[in-house]
Amino acid sequence: MLLDAFTLQLGYNATLVAIGAALLGTAAGITGTFLFLRKRALVSDAVSHATLPGVCIAFLLMALAGGDGRNLAGLLLGSAVSAGIGLWCMNWLTRNTRLAEDAAIGAVLSVFFGFGIVLLTVIQTLGVGQKAGLEGFLLGSTAGMLYSDALVIAAGGAVTLLLVLLTRRPMTLVAFDPEYAAARGLPVERIDLLMMGLVMAVTVVGLKIVGLILIVALLIIPAVTARFWSERSDHVVLLAGLFGGIAAYIGAALSASAPNLPTGPIIVLVSFALFALSLFLAPNRGVLAAVLRHMRFQRRVHLRQGLLALAQGQAIYESLTLRLLRRAGLLRADGVATAKGQARAAKALRDERRWEVVRGDVTQEAAAALYDGLRDIETVLTVDQIQEIDRRIGGPREVLS
Amino acid sequence: MSGEEFVPLSLTPMLIGVFAAVACALPGNFLLLRRQALIGDAISHVVLPGIVVAFLLTGMISAWPMMLGAAGAAVVAVVLIEAIRRLGRIEPGAAMGVVFTTMFALGVLLLEQSDTSAVHLDVEHALYGNLESLIWLDATGWGSLLDPQALRYLPIELPRMALTLVGVCLFIALFWRALKISTFDEGFARTMGIRTNLLGLGLVITAAVAAVAAFDAVGSIIVIAMFICPAASARMMTNRLEAQIGWSVGFAVLAAVLGYVLAGYGPLWLGGQDAVSAAGMIATVSGGGLAVAAKCGPCRSRAGAPAGV
Repeated sequence: MLLDAFTLQLGYNATLVAIGAALLGTAAGITGTFLFLRKRALVSDAVSHATLPGVCIAFLLMALAGGDGRNLAGLLLGSAVSAGIGLWCMNWLTRNTRLAEDAAIGAVLSVFFGFGIVLLTVIQTLGVGQKAGLEGFLLGSTAGMLYSDALVIAAGGAVTLLLVLLTRRPMTLVAFDPEYAAARGLPVERIDLLMMGLVMAVTVVGLKIVGLILIVALLIIPAVTARFWSERSDHVVLLAGLFGGIAAYIGAALSASAPNLPTGPIIVLVSFALFALSLFLAPNRGVLAAVLRHMRFQRRVHLRQGLLALAQGQAIYESLTLRLLRRAGLLRADGVATAKGQARAAKALRDERRWEVVRGDVTQEAAAALYDGLRDIETVLTVDQIQEIDRRIGGPREVLS
Repeated sequence: MSGEEFVPLSLTPMLIGVFAAVACALPGNFLLLRRQALIGDAISHVVLPGIVVAFLLTGMISAWPMMLGAAGAAVVAVVLIEAIRRLGRIEPGAAMGVVFTTMFALGVLLLEQSDTSAVHLDVEHALYGNLESLIWLDATGWGSLLDPQALRYLPIELPRMALTLVGVCLFIALFWRALKISTFDEGFARTMGIRTNLLGLGLVITAAVAAVAAFDAVGSIIVIAMFICPAASARMMTNRLEAQIGWSVGFAVLAAVLGYVLAGYGPLWLGGQDAVSAAGMIATVSGGGLAVAAKCGPCRSRAGAPAGV
């Protein structure tokens, strides 16, 4: 059953939903990355909640005009208009009043959503049109998806991707350094507006599949996930699109494979699973990598300090240090240094003395700044320089007298 | 309107609405000033899985387990946001977005998976609450307020919300000085020996308690609106924290009363038959208040910025 779901064998509707969701997830991941890099991820929350009144008004208008009120394109147009108004209100509040952006986001999302709920109850009491399915916009409903709906979603996703492709460079620049972008003569405000417009487009297109409350997840989570894997913005954008597409496809397939698995929440949970995996396993930025890095560092410090203690004839009590020295074959079980251990210890102490000279020399300031107690001096100074230092401190001497 | 009609049908929902609005607006003032305004948004999303889990564990709709579940979920969310922010080195907004959407999705999934069709527990209810249904059928008029027999059948949400409001007021009154100092100058507060981390956590927990109690009675959308809109409107009216809190309470009460009246009677005035969602209308009215304050409030622009910038 699950295999059937992944290979699109579960019938017409499930196939439509899976393909539509994958397209949407890709578009949302790519668009969301710019939002995330601009540090305005939660703006999408305001945008998505602000779509509700528009959906309701469009439904009312279409129902009053005699239609059944459920034309997806009409509803999406309405939602886009009201999301645009919400976005404008938010920008106005942040620009013209003392409110910070987070307060403006919260105000817009709660007020628009509240008003949308008022309109929803109006629709319920008026009893016009085919109201069934309108509440599906809250949490998404893929059960009755039509071919025309899928076409609308696919077209919206494709246009969004095309726009991103055309404007990726200025958007990246604005996301990283708006001041520099302004100094270069880029219209930062208009680019910001375009970024928000793209977010709005993705939100509107995604209403049908994941619903307005959860579309935020598709915009934020893949971008955050992709950030773990790369430090290059173009890679992050591509990875975010990939993660978003994969999560949406798997989620849609999973939800089709069993009853009572709503598509939107499953997609969100799959993307969170990808996020959690990345958080722990990603190279460099992941938690596991950080733990390993810390342990490697700890071992180096212990080994180095153990060698210095050996060279100076001090007793070692620290169990980790002893274990590391023994495992490296530098120390015998009875605590006496092996020949190799003695050589390494003498070298460590001599390096320490060499560093001391370097750090006392004003002309070597740049090299001295690299001293951290672990760095091998050969990686900083040339052979000639080290010989010069050795000449100053004299040849090897007996440490214990 | 006569007392016989008003007291049983409108008095209790209106009072509950007012209490919920004020209980959320008070901590909202501090959250707004601390740039944590969206905590309310996050909390109101994450309580859903908490409530559903509490329901699945106890198998019934009862207040205390659900409040505990919701509070537990709020704490889990705060811890998760903090953990993701630190472990993944992600900016707080994005970390919050990851956590609350995931937990909300989990709540919806649990709700769909479990057999809750027999009981009144669904996502719509969680979003817009059922303020209109909290009526006091045993009241016959204003005299019932003194009648112990009738008072016994007050909707339980009313005393619970009142208690929450008292708790929130107590927290703010007790820690007033510390809250004020640490809100405006955290570094200075720390040098004075105020444990700012604990205090911040306390504020978030107070907000969560208010949100959970209000959520139970009036739904989540009103909670988000009341955390932000009254405080934001009040911020436009004054530069003094004391006055701001006073204004915010005023805005909250106004929004609750006016919103309830408009929702209940507005459609009748316009010739309709049924009321619209009171929670939604209260949020809308609070937005109207914010719009007026943002347009005409005496302190609406940033301090120091020239007019028109």
